[in-house]
Amino acid sequence: MNERASNGLVGWLLISLVLGYAGILLLAPLVMMILGAFKDGLQPILDDLTTPDALSALGLSIRLALLAALTNGVLGFLAAWVLARHNFTGKRIFNALVDMPFVISPVIIGYVMIVLFGRVGWLKDFPIKLAFSVEAMFVVTVFVSLPFVIRELQPVLATLMPEHEEAAYTLGASRWMTFRRVIFPSLRHALTVGVMLTLARALGEFGAAAVIGGAVEGSTETATIFINRALLDRNPSAAYAMSLLLGVIAIILLIAMNRIRHAGGRHVHPN
Amino acid sequence: MAQAAIQSPARITPTVDVGAWGLRASALIYLAVLIITPLVVITVEGLRGGVESLWVSITRPAALQAVWLSISTAGIMALINGVMGTLTAVVLARYRFPGKRLFNSLIDLPFAIPTLVTGVMLVLLYGPQTALGGFLSRELGWKIVFAPSGIVLALTFVGYPFVIRAVQPVLEALDTRPQEAAYTLGASEWTTFRRVVLPAILPAVLTGSLLSFARALGEFGSIVIVAGNVSKTAAVYIYGQVENSDMAGASGVSLLMLAIALTITFIVSRLNKGITR
Repeated sequence: MNERASNGLVGWLLISLVLGYAGILLLAPLVMMILGAFKDGLQPILDDLTTPDALSALGLSIRLALLAALTNGVLGFLAAWVLARHNFTGKRIFNALVDMPFVISPVIIGYVMIVLFGRVGWLKDFPIKLAFSVEAMFVVTVFVSLPFVIRELQPVLATLMPEHEEAAYTLGASRWMTFRRVIFPSLRHALTVGVMLTLARALGEFGAAAVIGGAVEGSTETATIFINRALLDRNPSAAYAMSLLLGVIAIILLIAMNRIRHAGGRHVHPN
Repeated sequence: MAQAAIQSPARITPTVDVGAWGLRASALIYLAVLIITPLVVITVEGLRGGVESLWVSITRPAALQAVWLSISTAGIMALINGVMGTLTAVVLARYRFPGKRLFNSLIDLPFAIPTLVTGVMLVLLYGPQTALGGFLSRELGWKIVFAPSGIVLALTFVGYPFVIRAVQPVLEALDTRPQEAAYTLGASEWTTFRRVVLPAILPAVLTGSLLSFARALGEFGSIVIVAGNVSKTAAVYIYGQVENSDMAGASGVSLLMLAIALTITFIVSRLNKGITR
């Protein structure tokens, strides 16, 4: 179904309907939050975001997100590669399992961690104290953001031409050299987008982290947990300021991802 | 050079390759530890007291209510997004209009923004103290925040991209000749869409709707903010049970929700099996 040269009456009606709908659904709440937050200027927002609690929550969120992105970037790359290039029994099951974190509620993952590492948990004698710790929050963050890198890389891996690699080998390139100079450049954009999606998802994690971290102010409180507590403590301005900041980070990641997608020539959504 | 060229084929298809084995082992351990462990834990905990106690735990009135609220709100959302997502995909694939690229980027916003922040945004727009929210509840008696409507709204926001991103590539790859043939034979635009385009994109529409439904069943962050503790969905219920250390209550509903999610995933993979792209 290719683009039409002219839209016609029906076309313009459909376009207005869709843009109006998306405007009310997506844009109106976003604009409202930005306007509401800047009601009294920039200074109150900065004050709310530089309290010790806010800074420590933000710091924890960023650390967790970066660590999860690094872990899922490296291991997700490996997993995507193995799923694309290796043949082994159970491969289809593993491939289907990759999507599980999209459909299992984060709250259930937090609950699983308590069952495993809680005071009377299956692994209560585990040498590392995991329940209500930052380490446990790291594990659940890696879980919820696991599929992105793999799912971004897989379609690109499927289109790689084995001829190019064979040519490199024939010309005497080593395996590492072929990977670095022939394979990796074609995967770089997809990997970057996957890592950015991982970052966005990890920064937004709330359910699992709230259950397993115990939401202790100053130690296991992430930015999203901070927002929830600020609302419960009737401190809405702090909640709105932090929401605004997370919203702005999300928009920046979104713009960056779109630029990379267009530059990368991955014409998933051509215009 | 010549020597390397002779050696290389052996490197591509070795009989015993320690490197490849290590690679595969690390990848599979990563997936197994992170994904299979929770599946095992949920199943074992859910069935720990036998089928009878599982039944008791999921048929508690509060549990049933929560599961039903999740399924009904997610179901309504999947219908809304099924229709509006398909329309959006059609508009994006078929028509030209100013700001199209920007609009196409905006669609992924729900993927990037924390769902908790989505909840905060919706409360700021539709909350009881706001101009719009106050007007809607006073004049029309339509309460959005702290009511099931708010849950549907939050889920619709979170689930908007799913159908679009499933349908868009199929529409763009669609062969235009059958449509032209239909026009030539005198079919109207609507008839052509209904008889030629819709059957081709239906599996993608269903895939997107089902995925957004499965995703919505587990949604927590936005619902906590929008509905508070007034209307409890399954995820909010499980959270409450864990906070109260009622692990039996949490285990039953967790297993039920997992079973539903797995069923949907299975249906989606079946739907997509027939499609060869």
